[in-house]
Amino acid sequence: MSRDGQNRRAYQELVKGLWRENPVFVQVLGMCPMLAVSNSAINALTMGLATFTVLLSSSLMVSSLRNLIPRQVRISCYIIVIATFVTVIDFVLLALVPDVHKELGAFIPLIVANCMILGRQEAFAAKHPVGLAAADAAGMGGGFALALFGLGGFREVLGSGSLFGVSLFGAHFEPWVIMLLPPGGFISLGLLLLVLNWVRSRRTQRSEDLVTAQGNPSR
Amino acid sequence: MSDLVWIFIGALLINNFVLSYFLGLCPFLGVSGRIETAVRLGLATVFVMLITAVCAWFLNTYILVHAPYLRLISFIVVIASTVQFVEMAIKKLSPALFRSLGIFLPLITTNCAILGLAIFATNRNYGLLESVVFALGAGGGFMLALVLMAGLREETELSDVPALMRGTALNLILAGILSLAFMGFAGLFGSH
Repeated sequence: MSRDGQNRRAYQELVKGLWRENPVFVQVLGMCPMLAVSNSAINALTMGLATFTVLLSSSLMVSSLRNLIPRQVRISCYIIVIATFVTVIDFVLLALVPDVHKELGAFIPLIVANCMILGRQEAFAAKHPVGLAAADAAGMGGGFALALFGLGGFREVLGSGSLFGVSLFGAHFEPWVIMLLPPGGFISLGLLLLVLNWVRSRRTQRSEDLVTAQGNPSR
Repeated sequence: MSDLVWIFIGALLINNFVLSYFLGLCPFLGVSGRIETAVRLGLATVFVMLITAVCAWFLNTYILVHAPYLRLISFIVVIASTVQFVEMAIKKLSPALFRSLGIFLPLITTNCAILGLAIFATNRNYGLLESVVFALGAGGGFMLALVLMAGLREETELSDVPALMRGTALNLILAGILSLAFMGFAGLFGSH
């Protein structure tokens, strides 16, 4: 493949994770951290960045070791690589942002059990060269972080009337507390998926209309 | 004694792993199509949770005191090998049960409720007995949520739901309502 073709391929792998194959909205993976830490924008942002870093570094590692890892024990190897990077991130966050780390609590170590990360190693990084694996990981990690941040912002605005702790609506706003509590997480993600379904069906509908409109005159 | 009861009820109902900690959502959304499979997966998960809780306690008490930074790696290795071991044992002892569980057995490894159980038990400094009771409560709570959800989903299959809403969106909203109902348990035992 030519240099130019390689770049185009890497670009495609990068953008597919952001929308068309978004890990959260389309593949419905990694739901646990998605709902658990999206009660405020700052928590969601930290978690998104942490997951992004773990995914990117694990993909780089697994992809460069892909010819050395025996097939029979590959899952255990991936898990150990992921657990190592999560341990590193855990200590980095503890040192840099102790407050957020305390609030996220057990959910940082639980990045290990995020099925989206293991899924990318098995489905992509183990079969592709380092450059493509990095592009794929960056796209998927970015898509996950964006979704997480979107949901976190949505819930914080509705549930406490603020964004990043800055009050938006003044003192008269009555916070919709249920949005910060567990049921709000389930319901707001459900509504978000509903809206995305609607947008997607509208889009396919429109392209079908276009095809029939173009097809008719020639007949 | 009352402490143990409190730990059990707390993990089972009040802080239900699925509905208020958001742990183990992948099997919760993925395997809750039929009540029968939900019960089987629930039982297997309770079993793995019990073994994990005991192993995590041993690791914490005797080994990880010397190297706390290895905690996460050793927990996940213990869980993966326990699941493998359970799989082999069930295959040998009861081939019929093994066939009926099928793919769900190995999938337990990636259930974050189990790793979460080990981490929570560590953070709260539970002893051996407390860990076992906590595992029973958490596993029972997981199974309860799974079975309730499967019942709801079997009902919605027969009802007239807009096509746009079918699938994950509807399941998440159902889970939200279930979670709202479970919030009612927070008032149990008032003083806490």
